[in-house]
Amino acid sequence: MNINATLIGQSIAFIVFVLFCMKYVWPPLLSVMQAREKRIAEGLDMADRADKDLELAKQKAAQQLKEAKEQAALIVEQANKRAGKIVEEAKLQAQEESDRLKSAAQADLEREVARAREQLRAQVAALALVGAEKILGTSIDLSSHNAMLNQLAAEL
Amino acid sequence: MASEATTSIDYIQHHLQNMAFGQLPAGYVRYDGTVLDQPVWTLAHSSKEAMDMGFWTFHLDTLGWSVVMGIVFCAVFWLAARRAAVTSPRGLQSFVELVVDFVNQTVTDIFHHKSRFIAPLSLTVFCWVFLMNSMKFLPIDWLPMTAALTAGDEHLYFKVVPTTDPNATLGMSFTVFLLIIAFSIREKGFLGFVKEYTLHPFHTNKWYVNALLIPFNFTLEVISLVAKPVSLGLRLFGNMYAGEIIFILIAIMFGAGLVLGSLAGVLQWAWAVFHLLVIPLQAFVFMVLTIVYLAMAFDVADEQH
Repeated sequence: MNINATLIGQSIAFIVFVLFCMKYVWPPLLSVMQAREKRIAEGLDMADRADKDLELAKQKAAQQLKEAKEQAALIVEQANKRAGKIVEEAKLQAQEESDRLKSAAQADLEREVARAREQLRAQVAALALVGAEKILGTSIDLSSHNAMLNQLAAEL
Repeated sequence: MASEATTSIDYIQHHLQNMAFGQLPAGYVRYDGTVLDQPVWTLAHSSKEAMDMGFWTFHLDTLGWSVVMGIVFCAVFWLAARRAAVTSPRGLQSFVELVVDFVNQTVTDIFHHKSRFIAPLSLTVFCWVFLMNSMKFLPIDWLPMTAALTAGDEHLYFKVVPTTDPNATLGMSFTVFLLIIAFSIREKGFLGFVKEYTLHPFHTNKWYVNALLIPFNFTLEVISLVAKPVSLGLRLFGNMYAGEIIFILIAIMFGAGLVLGSLAGVLQWAWAVFHLLVIPLQAFVFMVLTIVYLAMAFDVADEQH
């Protein structure tokens, strides 16, 4: 175990290996490791954010569900109200219609009666003339007595 | 295992000798009595020959295994880096990222300056030292015996754990030392660097007192500076070497009958389990100290008071 030129050889080998490591081993490995570190950090960050987003979305969904329920209840209520109103209106309309029909019928009736009365009147005048003719045995001058007879018919 | 011809001492010595490749001078008497008529580059055949080769000797086993381990590290991590995907990491990539993340965490904890260099350096130190230390888990004779059989030379020295060779650990720690100096000068400027080693730790407001304190400060600071790489390298070496010696001693017991042999098996297992702790720990300590020393080189504010 003497100190000799082996020392120099070892030294040179050492330097060569260190330079090799510095050029071809360390930088690529470290860059890969740092890239991965960054990616993992980003991933965890994103997961955190996604968790928060999920929480928010859940809250929002619950909120929306609640609102929707409220709205549905409102709509049902409104619909019920509306239905009641429609029924009410229909009833009213029916009533009106029936009233109208009734009054129309009444008017018709009255008109018929009036017409019948008119006819009757006209016929009464004629009958009365015939009766009077028969009673008087003479003919009555239609034109001279017409006014009186018409007055008589109108009084009937 | 020690063959019949070798004694325990030979066995230990054989296991503590690296495969040294160097030049033997002309006129040198070799282990077998032959005399060289001209300088020759060869493998040392004994500890004495390895010693006599002088400074320009290369431990082929140390260099070879450390380079193999370095290549294993680079290949595995490079493959993982090339196939790395941002989404769903699997298998190799997960494992590699675990290591990178661990090192990165340690570096950011200790080193508070901006540098593209420190983290890859730390990763390399940690993985490389860990892999070199891990060669210990292999039973002590497997690779040396395989090598000896392959080479056809029963006497081949072959030490498979590079970190049990002080050349390997000191080679790394002195590289760190040079980095400390280089970064100090880069961060503080040459003047700041000089100031740090002359006007520190003792400092007054009067310049003539400071001038008198310079030699004292310089001695202290230089000792503490040099102590850094030496202690860094020797700590790793000492731990691994001591562990290796225990493994060698246990391995000797295998040849000493059935009872001692089975006891050796248990001991080897226990010692290996202990090394499950020691091996990563020493790699970690080496890395942390490297980061700490370099962080000190970068610290400017703390030094100027």
